[in-house]
Amino acid sequence: MNRRNFLKQSAFTTAGTMLIPHFLKAYEAQMMGQTAASNGKIVVIVQLSGGNDGLNTVVPYRNDIYYRERPTIAIRPEKVLKLNDDIGVHPSMGPIKALYDEGLVTVINNVGYPNPDRSHFRSMDIWQTASDSDKYVHTGWVGRYLDATCASKPQQPFRTIEVDETLSLAMKGDTLNGLALLDPKKLYNQTRSGLVTNLSKEQPANQHHSVSYLYKTLAETVSSAEYVFNKAKVAATSTSYPASELGNRLKTVSQLVQSGVNTSIYYVSISGFDTHINQPGQQERLLGQYAEAVGTFMNDLKLAGRQNDVLLMTFSEFGRRVKQNASNGTDHGTANNVFLIGGGLPSKRVLNEAPNLTKLDEGDLVYSVDFRQVYATILRDYLGVDDVAILGRKFDGLKIV
Amino acid sequence: MDIVTKQPQEIARLRYLYSRAGFGATPAELTEASRQSLRKVVRKLVKDSESITDLQVVEADQNETKRQLKGLFRDGQLDKDMLKERIRQNAEKVRDLNLQWIDQMALGKSALREKMALFWHSHFACRAQGRNPLFMQKYANTLRQNALGRFGDLLMAISKSPAMLQFLNNQQNRKNAPNENFAREVMELFTLGRGNYSEHDIKEAARAFTGWQFTSDGKFVFRERVHDEGEKTIFGKTGAYKGEDVVDMLLERKETARFITAKIYRFFVNEEEDKKQVDTLAEQFYKSNYDIAQLMETIFSADWFYDSKNIGSHIKSPVELLAGLRHTLGVQFDQPQPQIFVQRTLGQLLFYPPNVAGWPGGKNWIDSSSLLFRMQLPNYVLKAAEVAIRPKEDGDVNTEPLARKGAARFQTKIDWADFEASFAKISDNALTDAIALTLLPFPLRAEQRSIVEKQTKPDQTRSERIRALTAALMSLPEYQLT
Repeated sequence: MNRRNFLKQSAFTTAGTMLIPHFLKAYEAQMMGQTAASNGKIVVIVQLSGGNDGLNTVVPYRNDIYYRERPTIAIRPEKVLKLNDDIGVHPSMGPIKALYDEGLVTVINNVGYPNPDRSHFRSMDIWQTASDSDKYVHTGWVGRYLDATCASKPQQPFRTIEVDETLSLAMKGDTLNGLALLDPKKLYNQTRSGLVTNLSKEQPANQHHSVSYLYKTLAETVSSAEYVFNKAKVAATSTSYPASELGNRLKTVSQLVQSGVNTSIYYVSISGFDTHINQPGQQERLLGQYAEAVGTFMNDLKLAGRQNDVLLMTFSEFGRRVKQNASNGTDHGTANNVFLIGGGLPSKRVLNEAPNLTKLDEGDLVYSVDFRQVYATILRDYLGVDDVAILGRKFDGLKIV
Repeated sequence: MDIVTKQPQEIARLRYLYSRAGFGATPAELTEASRQSLRKVVRKLVKDSESITDLQVVEADQNETKRQLKGLFRDGQLDKDMLKERIRQNAEKVRDLNLQWIDQMALGKSALREKMALFWHSHFACRAQGRNPLFMQKYANTLRQNALGRFGDLLMAISKSPAMLQFLNNQQNRKNAPNENFAREVMELFTLGRGNYSEHDIKEAARAFTGWQFTSDGKFVFRERVHDEGEKTIFGKTGAYKGEDVVDMLLERKETARFITAKIYRFFVNEEEDKKQVDTLAEQFYKSNYDIAQLMETIFSADWFYDSKNIGSHIKSPVELLAGLRHTLGVQFDQPQPQIFVQRTLGQLLFYPPNVAGWPGGKNWIDSSSLLFRMQLPNYVLKAAEVAIRPKEDGDVNTEPLARKGAARFQTKIDWADFEASFAKISDNALTDAIALTLLPFPLRAEQRSIVEKQTKPDQTRSERIRALTAALMSLPEYQLT
């Protein structure tokens, strides 16, 4: 069903002048605790934009080819924080190693997709839409999760929240969109200007789909902003978070989780991983920030007794070439690793084989796990929803959950 | 000159026409147009678009591609910092190209041509790979020069443009090692549409396009030694075809006329196709040998174009919104960054469409944050309100320096005097509706009018009142529609 058909069939357009009151009424009912079907599980997606160098994140520290191809940027074996006899994490990732030792981390190696694209934008598009690399899809997989689980219910953009000021394609569904907010208070204030608040109560007499759609979006935004703000203002975390961008964002996620906001998927991204030049210092700084923020976040949730309800997934749009370049950096590559942290999963620690550096495709790693298998596993086995409806076809699950 | 409020329906019609065929009209332009017949106004829109001002940010002999720059670096002619700086300068020139084009849309003489070119930019979508300003300049000017000519000429010219050949990997499409990307998109997205060709047609057409390449100084070149000279069978015909033959075969097929006409209809008339209207237009388009200007004139002159179901049905794209706002009030930006910032935040940055399928458009433009930002935009542009939003970084190290700047407050020059003059003779209590008539697709509802008027204060001068009302009207959801 496309968006237009949906609008035609929905009460919002056919009810005409009843538009907003009808919507608000149902909306209030939801607020009174009759929450939509949800198993209480929460997913937090952390996107590392720019193409994080996976080989220096999860280091094959016993592999001669790795050291041969990266004479000046390889991580020395004695520095690596070892996970097993083959691989270990970057020395700046102490907090991740600690979570690993607690049995909270699963590392999935060699994640990618057929016919990989090395453009940032296109590859991110593919990860966010979960499309094949030769197809163009206008909706994101989290947005389609919203479509599949909230269609026919009063619209609740806040069921999926991106902690940011603009909404990623990942969060846009066919009929529904997620909510973007960096800070509940800031969004609330934006919706409190006289003009916006008054207009959100307006009932367009006009039957044009476009008009109804705009006013419906406005009403949802204003009520969602108010709902999230009112919930979040009572909850505060006593944990002190690192002052990095990711630290701030994960702190917001933690506050929202602890406030009981009815949100199933959070989306967070940080940038800067496009390390063509002088990679070591930059990646060390970024991975350090990542590890510190995630470590704090998981400990915060543990204190709140929510560690087992929250699964954090980290990915990047591609890994980087095996061979370093002439500028002490690395260029765009293909397959990469994905981390799953928390969620009460029985830890599989390192799920699959380390990258095979003897079998490359024109200098790039060959994927063995399709990233959509990871999505399918999270959707079906963890969130308990229809993965095929969301991903468009069946992908074999990973034996994780 | 005064806005003719005695004929509100006529003004409403013209506002609609100008917003679809261009980037809106000033009250003065509406008044002027209302003295002529609609047919003459449409004719004039086409006629005014005969001229073209080429966009120019770089000379061919001064341009260096990223690959050339990296070569200079390897040879030791550039150090690391200089290399980085030169790559940044290239990205900045692509940005300047963007701004020059927006200027032409907002304030240039050929509004219909620019609007058509914007449509073609999303149809023949191409991203600034490697941020090569010369290639993008050529690409943009090719779109603009051919925007209202024959579709066949446009198709051929854009298919041979270095930016497109590079974007769709035709440089890698060689005899014995075909790359089908170019052939596939030409059929699927540029001409026939899905379902009107076979995989075999694509394979064979890819062979015909081998040898279509470009030089680093931005010229098309046919390289015979990588061209596959063998026989190909395409659409059931067999011959030793070259790329040009494939383009001709695509134009011969009526499906191409139907596909292009339907897309034009969805953009310029209504997302919901009226099958009969589109069939008739497509037939005419095909018979006219794909005369784009004639097709557009037919659409804008048709009675059904002005049906109420079409008026207000189109959601402005971010570029339409920005250029339209600038046109109405003659807005000039003092710095380059704010207009890039607006495009990025709202999801339509010229020369960076999401992929070869272009911007999806319509309701895809709107989500909670983009709608709030759109409603705030008049305050940023007209009142220099502080900007509280930051768009995401795209992860590409080369564009980040451009992305970080921006925000803060916009500094603009606005031609209020001309705008206000058009309302000089309007009485105070008719003022809100008179301004609304020139900006919005629908008359104001009573509650809306009172919300808008709450944005004014009793002790304001008339000029202040007009400005406050205009900013408030431009903040309405209806202002997002044409």
